[in-house]
Amino acid sequence: MSDITKKRPPAVQILIFGVLALWMILAAFPFLWTLWGSFKVEGDFFSKADWFYALSGTLTQNETGSSFTADGYEGAWIKEEFWRAALNSVLVCIFVVTISLTFGTLGGYALARSTYRYAFWFLIAALIFRAMPPITLVSGYLPVFFGWNLWGHLATCIIVLVAINQPFTLWMLHSFFKNIPQDLDESAMVDGCTRFQAFRHVIIPVMWPGVITTGLFSFLLAYNDFAVTAMILSKENQTMVPKIASFLGTTQTKGNVMFAVAAVVSATAPLFVMVMVFQRQIVSGLTAGAVKG
Amino acid sequence: MKHKAFFLFVLPSSVAMLLFIFFPIISVVVQSFYVSHEQVIVTVENCGPFGCKQATAIDQEATAALREAEPLGKFAGLATYRDRNHLAVDAVGSAWEKADNWRDFGAQMLNLPFYKALGFTLTFTFVVTPLVIIFGFVIAVAVNSAASAIRGPLIFFSLLPMMITPLIGSLILFWMVDARGIIGSALQYLAGNPDLSVKASTPLMWIMLMVYGVWHAAPFAFIVYYAGLQTVNKDTLEASRIDGANRWEQIRYVIIPHLLPLTTFIALMQLMDNFRVFEPIVSFAANAHATSLSWAIYNDLGGETRQLSSAAATSVLTIIGVAILLSPVLVRTWRDFGRK
Repeated sequence: MSDITKKRPPAVQILIFGVLALWMILAAFPFLWTLWGSFKVEGDFFSKADWFYALSGTLTQNETGSSFTADGYEGAWIKEEFWRAALNSVLVCIFVVTISLTFGTLGGYALARSTYRYAFWFLIAALIFRAMPPITLVSGYLPVFFGWNLWGHLATCIIVLVAINQPFTLWMLHSFFKNIPQDLDESAMVDGCTRFQAFRHVIIPVMWPGVITTGLFSFLLAYNDFAVTAMILSKENQTMVPKIASFLGTTQTKGNVMFAVAAVVSATAPLFVMVMVFQRQIVSGLTAGAVKG
Repeated sequence: MKHKAFFLFVLPSSVAMLLFIFFPIISVVVQSFYVSHEQVIVTVENCGPFGCKQATAIDQEATAALREAEPLGKFAGLATYRDRNHLAVDAVGSAWEKADNWRDFGAQMLNLPFYKALGFTLTFTFVVTPLVIIFGFVIAVAVNSAASAIRGPLIFFSLLPMMITPLIGSLILFWMVDARGIIGSALQYLAGNPDLSVKASTPLMWIMLMVYGVWHAAPFAFIVYYAGLQTVNKDTLEASRIDGANRWEQIRYVIIPHLLPLTTFIALMQLMDNFRVFEPIVSFAANAHATSLSWAIYNDLGGETRQLSSAAATSVLTIIGVAILLSPVLVRTWRDFGRK
């Protein structure tokens, strides 16, 4: 659209620039501000005297002798054992993503290739399940998990998150598999492959772009979940997000809100890296369902 | 694809969804009709040197045995639904009789926990969804007109508010609007009131929660619209320009109709997601001013006494709400499918 750009009057140009500048500030500033503030003491991050202290770190200088301090990080990671929560998050994410994708590729492939009516209704059922707020399901899990002693374990949480993930994973992979030409696996079957062999040797080698994109979103769901992890994990097994929520209860009273700030920054960093590396895949994933209708 | 192959391929995900989505829904519905057993009380006579006294005590064994025998609890029918924490039939009835006008009636309704949560959830859903669509569209048009060299970084920063964990994103904003935080101080300065605190005011808290909702979801609408803008038919745009359409008319008559199907998609996803608003209320510690249906369930389930029946009843009411929201889409899909 370069021809339009040249003809654009200055008023419109300024308007566009204004919108973009404002949006960039809204989108990025809170993160930068919190990152900067996480290296200060509480008196600077929540500055009663003068908001400029948060930038200059006056009180941080007085209390620690330098204008940056890693006390918040030390307190969160070592004293409050945030490393344990981080480790749990890593475990949960790895298993949820692997299992979701295994189940999802099998199911999504079948849904994309079946021409029967029930495949359509299967997808509609998945859409309805997708609409259920996860917390409504939790009240169904708790009595059973307590009764059978399943409550509190990482494995329980993983399988629950996999199940909650399935509707979305199926929809997404289904639309990716639709784009892989049907002739590909059908010609393999003409050559004598079974359906599974065709899937194994023909489809799996070409499906990775779709699987990576879907995996990113499974990861996000597992990483970001609060409703399920907060309710069905015991205190020792907590992942990062419920751990941060529990900081709020304890640290606010102890005056160590900076632990929570440091933990928040630590939990955000991997997401930053992920968005930076996989930006293209995320954008294509978000639009996959929409553009095709 | 053959029936048997299809069945085997979808087996793992069907089992997972049946066990952990479908059965829990059934179990929640059943649970909502039961209440937990009361403790078994026995009267015992304590005889001491000064005569005998009657005392009541809890018979732990009998209570445990009863709970063991009927783990679901006592059948209560719709009692949980009718009580004060849910539909509050009696309270609504008396409020209806006593209230002089609509305003009064509304105020009384918002004192009831369920209606308070429902009121906020619906307001949030129907305020945030249109705003997300509008802001997403504006940002998409602006980014699309930017030089292509800076579009990559623009998209990167735009994605952040959406990718961030909702609990964490809302915490970050909450710390900034704290009376001692940067936005909080700025608001105090602008309002000329040094005691202004978002935490203490219900209307401000509602506004903050919705601002967070829009901030968090606008990138989603932006990305979808941005992808849609890449597929606008250039010839149509060119033709409209030759026919004398100005910039606004091009947007109004070419671009917006092109993006309309995407709007349906965004609206559907946003209605589903905003209806479950939950994390910001925890982060903002907003429950004194605003609660949502999801938060009400969380509140029942957490804490010392897990009120399973109460949570189950709220869950069922929430699911009914989701069903009502989704029904237009389902009806349309049904019709489309019938036509095929």
